[in-house]
Amino acid sequence: MTDAVSRNPTTGWRDLRGRLLEDYGILLVVLAMILLLWALQPDYFMTAQNITNIIRQIGMNALLALGMYLVIVTAGIDLSVGSVMALAIMLLAIADTSGVPWPLVLLIGPLVGALIGIINGLGLTLLKLPHPFIMTLGTLNAVRGLCNLVTDGRPVSGISDEVRYLGTGDIPLPFGGEFAVIPVSAILLLVCYCGVAWFMRKVSLGRHIFAVGGNPQAARVSGINVNGVLVFVYAASGFFAGLAALLMAGRTGSGYPNLGIGAELDAIAAVIIGGASFFGGRGTVLGVFAGVLVMGLLRNGLNLMNISAFWQQTLIGIIIILAVWIDVLRRRARARR
Amino acid sequence: MNQPSATPILQARGISKYFGAVTALEGVDLSLAPGEVLGVVGDNGAGKSTLMKILSGLFRPSDGEILVNGRPVHFHSPRDAHRNGIEMVYQDLALAGNMRIFENIFLGREPGRTFGGLTLIDQAGSRRLAAEHLERLQIHVKSVDQNVEELSGGQQQAVAIARATAFAAKVVIMDEPTAALAIKEVGKVLDLIRRLKDHGVGVILISHRMDDVFYVCDRVMALFHGRNFAEARLADTSRNEVIGWIMGTKGHSTALAHDKVI
Repeated sequence: MTDAVSRNPTTGWRDLRGRLLEDYGILLVVLAMILLLWALQPDYFMTAQNITNIIRQIGMNALLALGMYLVIVTAGIDLSVGSVMALAIMLLAIADTSGVPWPLVLLIGPLVGALIGIINGLGLTLLKLPHPFIMTLGTLNAVRGLCNLVTDGRPVSGISDEVRYLGTGDIPLPFGGEFAVIPVSAILLLVCYCGVAWFMRKVSLGRHIFAVGGNPQAARVSGINVNGVLVFVYAASGFFAGLAALLMAGRTGSGYPNLGIGAELDAIAAVIIGGASFFGGRGTVLGVFAGVLVMGLLRNGLNLMNISAFWQQTLIGIIIILAVWIDVLRRRARARR
Repeated sequence: MNQPSATPILQARGISKYFGAVTALEGVDLSLAPGEVLGVVGDNGAGKSTLMKILSGLFRPSDGEILVNGRPVHFHSPRDAHRNGIEMVYQDLALAGNMRIFENIFLGREPGRTFGGLTLIDQAGSRRLAAEHLERLQIHVKSVDQNVEELSGGQQQAVAIARATAFAAKVVIMDEPTAALAIKEVGKVLDLIRRLKDHGVGVILISHRMDDVFYVCDRVMALFHGRNFAEARLADTSRNEVIGWIMGTKGHSTALAHDKVI
């Protein structure tokens, strides 16, 4: 019976089309948004200035969402990334303004982030807390408290230009005028996204992350160190939060303890809009990037049209619900197939 | 082929397992020859699954020893058991439905170049090896790139068995491999077990289905309340006697054991 199906080329094509739609359908949404915004704002939307602006604005969410993606693929969640980013920016700002050499300062953010991520992972695996929601809710609060404790709630300004380069630096293009530049942050995003996509596809640990999300019991009896995989994804999530802190240090030039309150929710939203399953085992890096773009383009477009920021939040909420609903429909359609 | 004098490929001696105050197994012995299919029967809670989890490295025994080819071994994880050529096919299949067939077959043991604990997976090689292995076992799938969740129960069972035998397994332990299958798929899985036997693989089959046991097994042993209860070559016993063992009765007439079932 199955042999007959395999010989039918139209079925194969339908499978392929279904799979493309499933994995990359969100890219069509991004494309539609770009065309719509272009049509609504023909004079401004496609200018070099606006495009670099969008890239800079999505940087933070892009990095947080990339880390969140790894966690969500294991059916986990990391609520602490906003707080971790804030602690990272505080510590690197303090280190930088007290004369630590800048190459070392650059390491502080990712290291602090990875360290707290490891603590999250160990809380989950060693303390056996029942759900990562609990552990990371704890670190969300504990780490936010530390952000305020280190300077008694005061911001730290005066971050050096070398440290700010990742967030503000531009590489000028030989054509296109004053605003035709590639932001250094765009290159950082490109490297991180391509790196993670390659890692998830080609490296055993990347596949094991999918296996843990798909069936932890199967992963365990296959000899995969499930706890090790979990600690790794939370460490990676913290690492990317630390990188996001570096971007924000560049953009703002100072460390302030209120940075990124609620940022974890934007990151989760981007991952979910991008088609990853909250129940683990499903989701692509490209989808995450599309999710980040959907949110970024929405904000940019509404700003350009002078629509209230309150509407942005409302619309993003509706989009999350729609995105997941479409996912439910798609799944139901596939189950019927 | 299975002379009694040959060294058993797998032997368990005096295995006990306690979970707190609960005794799951008490001094259980088991022995398996190469190319032999051993049926293990027993009522729910008789200790079959616990024994198999000990043999496959998932649990550690509270007491007793395991020998592979006459050599004592200590398993700390399923990986240790794999290294000794012992593989398990779990009742719940233990496949990652979100991953492709060839990925499931090599999960945790991906072919490729290894650097410091990480493997750069050779995916073309994995696909080819998986396809060849499925071919050898006469398992037919549309493509090794299909996700496992798209397969029927029987096909999933076949992939689980392929996975267990992909690395020159000497012993494959199967926990109720036919329990969740449609009837027409049961025969295929049983034939697959026979093919493993023909390749010299020792198979331990846990099953409630007497049809399965009497179709593929060479020998059958019964556990009752965590202890060895009875054992016989298949030629020397009958369905009704084995069913009597499961219920903890021995020495009754065939008719009586049969009456108790009906």
